[in-house]
Amino acid sequence: MQDIANADCIVIEGSNMAEAHPVAFQWVMEAKKRGARVIHVDPRFTRTSANADRHVPIRTGTDVVLLGGLIRHVLENDLWFEEYVRLFTNASTILSEEYADAEDGEGLFSGYDPETGTYDNATWAYAGEHEQVRRGLPERDESLQHPRSVFQVLKRHYARYTPEMVEATCGISPEDFAYLAESITSASGRERTTCFVYALGWTQHQGGAQMIRTAGVLQLLLGNVGRPGSGIMAMRGHATIQGSTDIPTLYHILPGYLPMPKAGQDDFREYVDAIGHKEQKGFWANAETYTVNLLKAWWGDAATAENDWAYDYLPKLTGAHGTYQTTMRMLEDGVDGFFLLGQNPAVGSANGRLQREAMSHLKWLVVRDFHMIESATFWKDGPEIETGEMRTEDIGTEVFFLPAANHTEKAGSFTQTQRMVQWRDKAVDPPGDARSELDFLYELGRRVREKLAGSTDPRDRPLLDLTWDYPTDEHGEVEAEAVLAEINGRHLTGEKAGQPLSAFAEMTADGSTDGGCWIYAGVFADGVNQARRRTPGAEQDEIAADWGWAWPANRRILYNRASADAEGRPWSERKKLVWWDEEQGHWVGDDVPDFPATKRPDDPGEPGKGGAAALAGTDAFIMQADGRGWLFAPTGLVDGPLPTHYEAPESTVPNPLYLQQSNPTRVGFKAGEDNLNSPGALGLGGRVYPYVFTTYRITEHHTAGGMSRFLPYLSELQPELYMEVSPELAAEVGLEPYGWATVISARSAIETKVLVTERMTPLRIGDRTIHQVGLPYHWARGDQAIVTGDGVNDLIGMNLDANTQIQNSKNNACAIRPGRRPRGPALLELVEEYRRRAGIVDAEHHVLERPETPRDAQLDPTDESVAHHARGPEEAPAVPVAQPSQREMRNR
Amino acid sequence: MTPPLPPLLAGPEGPAADAGWGAGTERKGFFTDTSICIGCKACEVACKEWNRNPVDGDLEILGSSYDNTGALGANTWRHVAFVEQTKDRIEEARESGRKLVSLGMPSIGPKERAVPAAGADTTPPDTPEFRWLMSSDVCKHCTNAGCLDVCPTGAIFRSEFGSVVVQSDVCNGCGTCVGACPFGVIERRDDGTVSAKVDREEPVPHRGTANKCTLCYDRLVDGEQPACSATCPTQSITFGDREDLVEEARDRLAQMHSQGRTEARLYGANSADGVGGTGSVFLLLDEPEVYGLPPDPQVPTKDMPMMMRQVGVAALGMAAATALAFLGARR
Repeated sequence: MQDIANADCIVIEGSNMAEAHPVAFQWVMEAKKRGARVIHVDPRFTRTSANADRHVPIRTGTDVVLLGGLIRHVLENDLWFEEYVRLFTNASTILSEEYADAEDGEGLFSGYDPETGTYDNATWAYAGEHEQVRRGLPERDESLQHPRSVFQVLKRHYARYTPEMVEATCGISPEDFAYLAESITSASGRERTTCFVYALGWTQHQGGAQMIRTAGVLQLLLGNVGRPGSGIMAMRGHATIQGSTDIPTLYHILPGYLPMPKAGQDDFREYVDAIGHKEQKGFWANAETYTVNLLKAWWGDAATAENDWAYDYLPKLTGAHGTYQTTMRMLEDGVDGFFLLGQNPAVGSANGRLQREAMSHLKWLVVRDFHMIESATFWKDGPEIETGEMRTEDIGTEVFFLPAANHTEKAGSFTQTQRMVQWRDKAVDPPGDARSELDFLYELGRRVREKLAGSTDPRDRPLLDLTWDYPTDEHGEVEAEAVLAEINGRHLTGEKAGQPLSAFAEMTADGSTDGGCWIYAGVFADGVNQARRRTPGAEQDEIAADWGWAWPANRRILYNRASADAEGRPWSERKKLVWWDEEQGHWVGDDVPDFPATKRPDDPGEPGKGGAAALAGTDAFIMQADGRGWLFAPTGLVDGPLPTHYEAPESTVPNPLYLQQSNPTRVGFKAGEDNLNSPGALGLGGRVYPYVFTTYRITEHHTAGGMSRFLPYLSELQPELYMEVSPELAAEVGLEPYGWATVISARSAIETKVLVTERMTPLRIGDRTIHQVGLPYHWARGDQAIVTGDGVNDLIGMNLDANTQIQNSKNNACAIRPGRRPRGPALLELVEEYRRRAGIVDAEHHVLERPETPRDAQLDPTDESVAHHARGPEEAPAVPVAQPSQREMRNR
Repeated sequence: MTPPLPPLLAGPEGPAADAGWGAGTERKGFFTDTSICIGCKACEVACKEWNRNPVDGDLEILGSSYDNTGALGANTWRHVAFVEQTKDRIEEARESGRKLVSLGMPSIGPKERAVPAAGADTTPPDTPEFRWLMSSDVCKHCTNAGCLDVCPTGAIFRSEFGSVVVQSDVCNGCGTCVGACPFGVIERRDDGTVSAKVDREEPVPHRGTANKCTLCYDRLVDGEQPACSATCPTQSITFGDREDLVEEARDRLAQMHSQGRTEARLYGANSADGVGGTGSVFLLLDEPEVYGLPPDPQVPTKDMPMMMRQVGVAALGMAAATALAFLGARR
């Protein structure tokens, strides 16, 4: 993280870093002090903008156009870092003849199946003889002139992303665009680097993964990957989100980014070969080793070569099992019990009303938290009790509340976004019955196993054979370090038996080692908790290798081979990091080199061997099967190999680029009238919800409020929900500063205080003015917290990015009226009335007459010229990864 | 124009030495550089956590941008102000700052500091269309502290760190100090405080007595720095020897001026001002009033010597007149 301080230009886009990550923001301030230019691109002027050199307001959800415009600017004006691009990216790779770009398909790439709303990525492949492509040696044209070379395809793909297109789509003036383009290109190259920072402002879109990809393409073209002060920094949603992806709390991956096997993938060999086969280049060729070590760590002696290391014990996925698929399953009474550990879906998840309703279908619910959060009390004080939609006596869910220890009351680790694991000791004992998650889960497992003891049912074997034997300390608490040691791995046989592994290179596939997460091997090297190292910054160099431990191998910057040129010399003295030392015959430098240590820069590689041996001396991207950074991604994303702009589902702006209005692979859910969308630009009633709202968090509160609304010192700093609106919109709607407003979406309606501020800018899009409003989502209704307010996530629908199953919280449509919302059943009538006017519920639906006419009734839907010749989204099933075996799988 | 009065209590050795702590004690203070404040309010929370201060207000939006604690007071000892400004006001701030520079006012130190290096670009940066100022305010720990001067019980004392501290077990809550603070910092903690809905484990401490920032006296005696500066993520708040901090502040000011940012100015660094300079020094980006700070603070006891002198003269005169009257009557 501190590497941000080395950047010469920092573009913060899709992140409100100063507010959501104030501690990390110190490195931005440090970079600024050293002379870096800081630019904040965001719909709102925030505390981040206040500390930036310039704030560039943007229409939310249009980042691919802006970044695509920058890509075009870089390509058209020959500002790309030529040597870097030729060496380290797949620019020269030639694509299959069958590939058809979205530019030629009105927004659809080749391989789209409208029936399922998914892509078959077979046509996105590299050209070349099959075996050669498999070995990472596709056809290439080093002149970059071949019409099907990635470089030429990229040029054509972004040719229409002109500054004029940026202005017409994003609402960004040509002057601001030129400033941004000049800033990043002049701070890139041999001597200088530019860094991008993003957060949920990119991920929480349909197509959010592609926004990040666009920045990846741009950074590769500018040579800003693997070098000091470069890269794309992901500001995570909260503490150790990185850690809970490495050792996941996600349904589709196993520790160390091994995919979860799918139903039908019954053969171990087939499974590991699909991750990485032995003949391929780079470190995924060892996928089998990583998997064997994980299975040995989990099932110990029960995992043998004969039973394929107990591969059969792993559950197999039958479909997407994300948060929202689970919600839908609950509504169908398909889920009996639910554990909530540090999560508050009644407030924090999209479509709060549906979340609460879903939980009311459970037989039992366990909530482990510090306070009586809304997910634990919705059955008696939730909004649906007031509207009469739910009656406490009708809810059969048995709710158990178990107090949880907070982070100062338990030992453990946090992994931050730069993959640095930092250990924290327990400072005080938790009060009363509060216990740590580790203790709780260990005890739960122990008791379940006790109940199953003696069972002969084969389905109980995976539980009974688990290694579940962690040592406890003098208070009877599980020693967290023992878990870290298990994650690190150890030698099981031979003279080193029992000793911790010092690197993942020591792992073997023959069962003589184990390790719970291959990328973490070394965190417990020499039996020492390396994550607990705390040598102050003043006592070491800037890399600070003796503070904590970063995976893999305590390496601080990934792919840092790219910080040196073809001959292994640093691109410049100013930006040197690792380099080839001819005398020692070794890569050396300030950081741990991310490359086979003794592989010469001019090594041609041994393609016949596979793995690290197959890498050439310039194959800096050692995890990729072709050793290159991917401008074009032949696999890995389900919605296209190149980022392409689509409008959000509720956007009232027609897609200026393609007939395809919104992302063709987006995941939605049909839940009767409970998850409706505004028709946006596609339907006549789209302008019944004329304004764009975007949700966010602020410094003073923490996500769904469980850790802040119950604390007086934080509550007093931001006591009430507010909506940020521009003076122009306040005048248009008739809103009073610090008065009340009601916000209505196709899902629900809420009330909020109004903060009229020039920090919000209306944007000119074509001949229209687009108003955007901001709503922080920290508040909730209930009677336990110190401060309460309406829940903003009640307004949001469950519309997901197919790559990540993350909801679109950042770009939704609403109507706004002055004053407070109606109470009781009248609230539902209000929501219904707007739905009817927008034409998203049947006209014959019973609607009570309301005496007052909402002000935007003047927008006559029939008289609108919004009917746009565009393709609407198909209801697409969720697909975890683009593998053929997945395509048949349905949502649920 | 009358020449500035010499400091009343503080001699060249500084207020701590003058208060009887002897030479060799370094006066401690804060330098709050508002140009790098990100408005996170961590200082407010750290202060309340450490000092166990109660919450303020009615838990309602105050109507002042992102500021919902309003002002410094008995319960809030660090307060972050949020000021939203448009282009015209920014230009005014730059112009008023430029006038200060041409008057040579902030440049108490060596002259050459404010002079940019030859060839340096001194064109002011483009005035932004909009800015959002954030500034963390705190007790000034004045060289000549009004609260300390007027306290009738001796509850307020000058610490060995040069800070001004209230002893709540001595304070009788008379409130004299409240009117004597030119910054409106010190306040009596009364019973009007809203308590949180959840039961607080401990009752509100120090109720009915005067309260304000102690410069974390209890932390300083243990060799720690105050809670707010220890927490500040961007080092907008720094703690240290006041002399060093003033030096640092002047360097930062010179740097900003050399970048054409003439709106920057120091507050509290001038020992010739109405309170003899303050222990808490600020770098501001606009006139003090914009942040809710008095432009020309005066210690109310400033005129005490003159008044005493005049009272003395008057008393002598009265005595003489009386004597004369008696002497005259005998005649």
